[in-house]
Amino acid sequence: MKRRDFLKGCLIGGAAASLGAPSKSWAVGSFEGYPDAMGVLVDTTRCIGCRSCEAACNKEQKLPEPDVPFDDTSVFEEKRRTTEKAYTVVNRYETNDGQKPPYRKMQCNHCNEPGCLTSCFVNAYTKTKEGAVIYNGNVCVGCKTCMVACPFNIPAYSYSSAFDPLIKKCIFCYHTRLKFGKPPACVEICPQEALTFGLRSDLIKMGHERIRETPDRYIDHIYGEKEMGGTSWLYLSRVPDDQIGLDTTLGNEPVISNVKDFLGMVPMVLTIWPALFSGIHLLATRNKDHGDEHHNHSEQEDGKK
Amino acid sequence: MKKLIASGAITVNSPQKSSDRKWTFMEKLFLGLTLPQYIGQALRNPFNWIIAIIFAVGIPIILGRFIFGLSWVTHSSNDYPWGLFLAFGLFGMVPLSSSGFLLGTACEVFGRHDLEPIERLGLLNGLLGYFFAVVFLLIDLGQPWRLPFPMVVSFGPAAVLFLVAWHVSTYLSVQIAEVSVSFFEWIGFPIGVRAIRKITLGLTVSGIILSTLHQGALGALFTYAPGKVHPLWYSSSFQWIHFFVSSIPGGLCMVITVSTIASKTMSWRFDQRFKDSLDRVTVSLAKGASMGLATYLTIKLMSIAHDNKWAYLTTGYGQWYLVEIMIGVIIPMTLFAYAIHHKKLPIIRFSALLVVLGIFLNRLNTALITFNWKLSEREIPHWREVAICVTVYTIYIVVYRFILYRLPIFYQWKTQEQYALAYAAKPETTILKDTEPALVFASKTEAKAFRNAETITS
Repeated sequence: MKRRDFLKGCLIGGAAASLGAPSKSWAVGSFEGYPDAMGVLVDTTRCIGCRSCEAACNKEQKLPEPDVPFDDTSVFEEKRRTTEKAYTVVNRYETNDGQKPPYRKMQCNHCNEPGCLTSCFVNAYTKTKEGAVIYNGNVCVGCKTCMVACPFNIPAYSYSSAFDPLIKKCIFCYHTRLKFGKPPACVEICPQEALTFGLRSDLIKMGHERIRETPDRYIDHIYGEKEMGGTSWLYLSRVPDDQIGLDTTLGNEPVISNVKDFLGMVPMVLTIWPALFSGIHLLATRNKDHGDEHHNHSEQEDGKK
Repeated sequence: MKKLIASGAITVNSPQKSSDRKWTFMEKLFLGLTLPQYIGQALRNPFNWIIAIIFAVGIPIILGRFIFGLSWVTHSSNDYPWGLFLAFGLFGMVPLSSSGFLLGTACEVFGRHDLEPIERLGLLNGLLGYFFAVVFLLIDLGQPWRLPFPMVVSFGPAAVLFLVAWHVSTYLSVQIAEVSVSFFEWIGFPIGVRAIRKITLGLTVSGIILSTLHQGALGALFTYAPGKVHPLWYSSSFQWIHFFVSSIPGGLCMVITVSTIASKTMSWRFDQRFKDSLDRVTVSLAKGASMGLATYLTIKLMSIAHDNKWAYLTTGYGQWYLVEIMIGVIIPMTLFAYAIHHKKLPIIRFSALLVVLGIFLNRLNTALITFNWKLSEREIPHWREVAICVTVYTIYIVVYRFILYRLPIFYQWKTQEQYALAYAAKPETTILKDTEPALVFASKTEAKAFRNAETITS
């Protein structure tokens, strides 16, 4: 009786284990990004805050009319973030070096190892070989974990929609442009050539080249080259990055590195726990009759045996 | 209810109403009372009126959430995607529901049969807690009708939430199976009872696995946001251990709290075995909880030492952190140590309540209060968000009470033979036993509470 129950217990434990089996983490190495991944180099020293990139994005992605027209500079009074109506925004930052205040364009940075992608339990996100992080709204459940997981606070959610709320974020104009090798709308329209589209690897070289040629113009750092495991969008700046609203405390590890500890533990629990606890059960009830039976039923069971 | 029992009403505790007649299903549903009696006692209970008011306000708001969308009810935003529903409902509810696997493990795996009287309460508490955590999740999800997607449509197996989804759903089925024993007894389906008994050990062991993983996984969810959760509440290596270990005292103390409330409000439903063992079992659970708390405190300190975060303790957040640790861990631990030694049950019950509140505070802190500590603006929940939380908790209490009134959780179901024996030997015993005033819980206020309970009538 006892042995049969034990075997059954093991079987069920095994079944439970196999249910959990697909959840074993993919081994996450240090992924450096696809070799042909495209990117954009944002030279914030060239940006004049004309907001034409915002307008181009609005038109390309067929977003709703903005609350404030795109030629209105009063929006710079406060710091804005990406929303369901604006996949990219430009902010102005005050510095105390007496020079003109820098502007910085903000949108999805298209990480090499995106936090949103790794946190999504229905695999709604894809990092394409062209470098874009795109989103499939047809499977999205709306758990909003990707918004928690994004270190740059980019994904927005259409909270106002009752029946089809979705994540809204920059997709690198993937479906209309990037797929065909064309630069995104914002890059194409930029009058200052503050945005440069190209292979990510080339852009990194170009960025370092600019820093080398005109060291007075830039700090010696390309934000996004290594941050959070590297991003497709890269930033050059005249002032330290944190002064233009870039988070410099994030470190160079992608989001998933923080989660690896837990994911690595999962198969251990799945395989060790059944044996461990069945073993403890056998030890704990060794000297008792039918320890796994309830008191009030032990006589019946005995009778049957 | 008590008044009715005193005036001769019989409670349902076996299949037989009298030696020659079985209870019908409707009679079981109405607790063995006639319909006018049942409605009468429900109307006399002032608590039911409070519930009615909460429902009158809350249920339209819940419906409104599904008609007008999330922005109508929450202040959840692009910066604070997880509002009160998840922080309070899901993250708070799940650790308090670990009682199912804890008591299951103690009784079935470790062979602690002395805890058996309260095992079923632990299992039920676990099941309901998880169920209502899922209810909160459904309210919060943007597209709740797609909840089964991670199971059938599209898989994201590298995501922690994928684990949570699978484990919580599997574990819910395991818990339904565990609790169904009481249900099968109640509706009279002995084959089901025997079938579940046979697989109890398997169910319990899979319960341990699934609980370890998803209690931990809920913590690991926050490791996706290393820069957003305040460093004192965050630890890349220990986050899942914090959540898992704190769920142990959380679940045990929740059972103590629920049994305390029940003993004040529905002691008529207790049988002699439960009455006699409640104090002893409470002490045992408190011992378990103390050990859990000690472990929890140790690893909390270890994680601070591990990442060398001592400096944060002097900041405002640090003091808030210390408040949380004092309320939820250090004060109850001290009180437990004193009260267990001196067998002071009221103090044990009070500290159990503290632990429960401490767990809520910890989860709220992690998910909402200190979340986005680098941003200047903090999220203040919308009043409708609070109203929905209160309503869902009220539904939880109503369902909990409905089940406790009926299923053999606080009492043992008498089989037909047992009933016949008792009836033949001493026809009055069973009835007398249940009508005895429940003064077993020897505290000075008990007599008063009993009088209250009498007027409240349930």
